[in-house]
Amino acid sequence: MKKVLSKCFMLLLSVKKFLSLIFLVFFLLPAAQAALRVEITKGADGAIPIAVVPFELLGNAGNTLNVSDIVTVDLQRSGKFSPIEKNKLIATPKDLEEVNYKLWRIAGVDHLVIGKLNVIKPNQYEVSFRLIDVFKGVQVLGFQFAANDNSLRGISHHISDLIYEKITGQKGAFDTKIAYVTTERKQGVQPSYKLQVADTDGYNSQTVLNSTQPVMSPSWSPDGSKLAYVSFEKRKAEIYIQNLYSQQREKVSAFKGINGAPVWSPDGKKLALTLSKKGNADIYVLTLATKKLQQITRHWGIDTEPSWTPDGSEIVFTSSRTGKPQIYRVALRGGSPKRVTFEGRYNASPEISSDGRTLIFVQGEGNIFKIASMDLQTGFVQTLTDGPLDESPSFSPNGSMIIYASTDKFKGVLAAVSTDGRFKQKLVLSEGDVREPTWGPFRK
Amino acid sequence: MKLTKIVSALMLAGLLSACAPDNVKDADTAADNDQQSQSTDGAQTGGIDGAGTEGGMALSGATVSYEKSAINDANNVLAEKVIYFDFDSDQISADYQELIAHHGKYLAANSDMSVRLEGHADERGSREYNVALAHRRAQSVRRLVLFQGVNAEQVSIISYGEEKPVALGHDDESWRLNRRVELVYEAR
Repeated sequence: MKKVLSKCFMLLLSVKKFLSLIFLVFFLLPAAQAALRVEITKGADGAIPIAVVPFELLGNAGNTLNVSDIVTVDLQRSGKFSPIEKNKLIATPKDLEEVNYKLWRIAGVDHLVIGKLNVIKPNQYEVSFRLIDVFKGVQVLGFQFAANDNSLRGISHHISDLIYEKITGQKGAFDTKIAYVTTERKQGVQPSYKLQVADTDGYNSQTVLNSTQPVMSPSWSPDGSKLAYVSFEKRKAEIYIQNLYSQQREKVSAFKGINGAPVWSPDGKKLALTLSKKGNADIYVLTLATKKLQQITRHWGIDTEPSWTPDGSEIVFTSSRTGKPQIYRVALRGGSPKRVTFEGRYNASPEISSDGRTLIFVQGEGNIFKIASMDLQTGFVQTLTDGPLDESPSFSPNGSMIIYASTDKFKGVLAAVSTDGRFKQKLVLSEGDVREPTWGPFRK
Repeated sequence: MKLTKIVSALMLAGLLSACAPDNVKDADTAADNDQQSQSTDGAQTGGIDGAGTEGGMALSGATVSYEKSAINDANNVLAEKVIYFDFDSDQISADYQELIAHHGKYLAANSDMSVRLEGHADERGSREYNVALAHRRAQSVRRLVLFQGVNAEQVSIISYGEEKPVALGHDDESWRLNRRVELVYEAR
C-alpha cells in the first residue's frame, strides 16, 4: 500500500460571478506516488462556510499525513461546503477554550473544526477533532481515534464523514472506495489494462488485476469485499468474482460469446449479467450459491447493461429493440419490459439511486455523450454534464454525488457531479486513461 | 466510377475462380492500390480505402486464389481482412459482401483453416452496449461467411467492444477505423 509521506498543498482561489468558486487543488507527491489533480470545475452556490483549522501536531510529526488538509479537501469536494483557505483563517485555536465565538460569527463562519494529531511513536498516532457550532457557541461533535500509517488516511475520511453527517443530516461517503479501469497504450508496447481500487479522492490505489487484455465492468458486492468484473485474459470474455482481501477469485461465467455487464443484486446473492449463449445479447440472473441461471429478457435486439432496483424485484437495462439504444425496466417475475426513456436518440448505461427515485444514464446526441438523470416519478430529465464523451455513471452510496468517466484534453479521467447537477469536479490521475468508475458501498 | 469497376472485376474474378485459381490483374487497380496503401500507413487497416463507409472501397489486389497459401499473399484479394461499419450499425455495406464471400469461399475450400471474427466499436456510447454491438457486427460477417458453405466450427467470434481501438484519435476518421470486424486466421 502506497503511503503519502509528504505533499505540497496549494490553493488558488478565484471568486467568480454569482459567488461560485473555482478551486484548483494540486498535490505534489513523491516520485513513487501517482500524481493526482482534483479540479473543481463548477462550484455550488449556497455552500456552507466552514473553517478547518490545521490540526495541532504533538510529538515528532515528521512527514505524517496532514489530516486537516484531507478533511478540508473532502468537504470541499462534496460541493456542500466552502472551507475557508488556510491562509485566510482569522485565528487558529488549538483547544475549545481558545475559540473566540464572536470573532468567527462576525466572519460569517457557521462551523469550526479543530483537532490534534499526537505522534506517540513512529507508526502510532492519536487523532482527535471537535466540531463547533459557532452560533450556538458549543461543541456538537468530538472524537478521538488510534491510528497507524495504514489507517490514518481512512480515519481522516471518516472524520469528514462525521462532520458531513452532523451538519447535513445525510451520511457521508468519503470513507468509501471506488473501482475503475486504467489503460496505458504506448506505441510498440503491449497495452496494459488494470482494474484498480482507490479512495474516493484517488489516493491509496491498489491494483486488483493487471492484464495485457481488456478488463471491464467492475461491480461491487454490497458488502464491499468483492468485485465482479469481465476479463479477456483468455482471449474470450469471462466473468470473475475476486475477493479484495484474500485476492482469491472464482470464474462464474464463461459461456460462448458475450459474458458481460455483471451487477450484484442488492442482497448480494445474485448477479445480473449479459450473455449471448443463444446467439443474441440478453439479460440473465445468476444465483451465486446454486449457479442457477434465469433468463430475464428474450429479444432479437441488444439487451445489456442491467442494473437492479433497490428492492431487487426489477432490472433496468439498455435495449436496442426499437432500433436505437433506450432504457427499459422489467420485473424478475416476468412480464414484458416497459420503456423508460423517450427523450433523445441514445440512452444507455442506466443505474437507479438507492432510494429508487432517480435514474442516471448516458445520453447521446450526435457525437456528444452526457450524463443525465430522470426523476422516475415525474419523468423529468435533466442533463448533468457537458460531455463530449461522458459515460459509466455511478451513484455514491449516499446518493449525493455521481462519479463518471469523462475526458480532459482527450485523456480519460474520473469526474463527479452532484446529483442536482450544481457542483462538478474532475479527478485527474497520472496513470494512463481512466474509465468505468464504480462507487463502492458504505464501509460496514 | 472506377471503384464500381474494381468491384465488378472482383465479382467476375470470384466467379471465374470458382473452379481454378485465376489471376486477374489490371494496371489501373494496381496503381489505385499503391495510393491506398500509402494513405493508410501506420493505421493497420490493411489498405481499405478511406471512403469505405460511404460505399467506396478498393481492394489491395485483384489476384483471386483460394489455395491454402493464398491467405498470406499480400496481392491476393484475401489480404483484406477488415470490414468497416457505420456508427451504431451491424449492417454490412454492399461493397464488403463480395470480400466476405471470398473469405467464405477460401474457408470452404480449406476446411483445415479457421477464422476468428473480432468485433470492435468506436469509443462513443456506453461500453457494454458497444460489446453487444460489436458482437452483432461479427455475427453479421459470420452469417455471410457461412453462406459459402463453410463449416460453422471454422468460424468463431469474440467481441472487444471499444476496448481495442486501432486508431487512438477522437475524431471521425479514428472512429471510422475502429468500427470494424477483423478476420484473424488460424490453422486448425
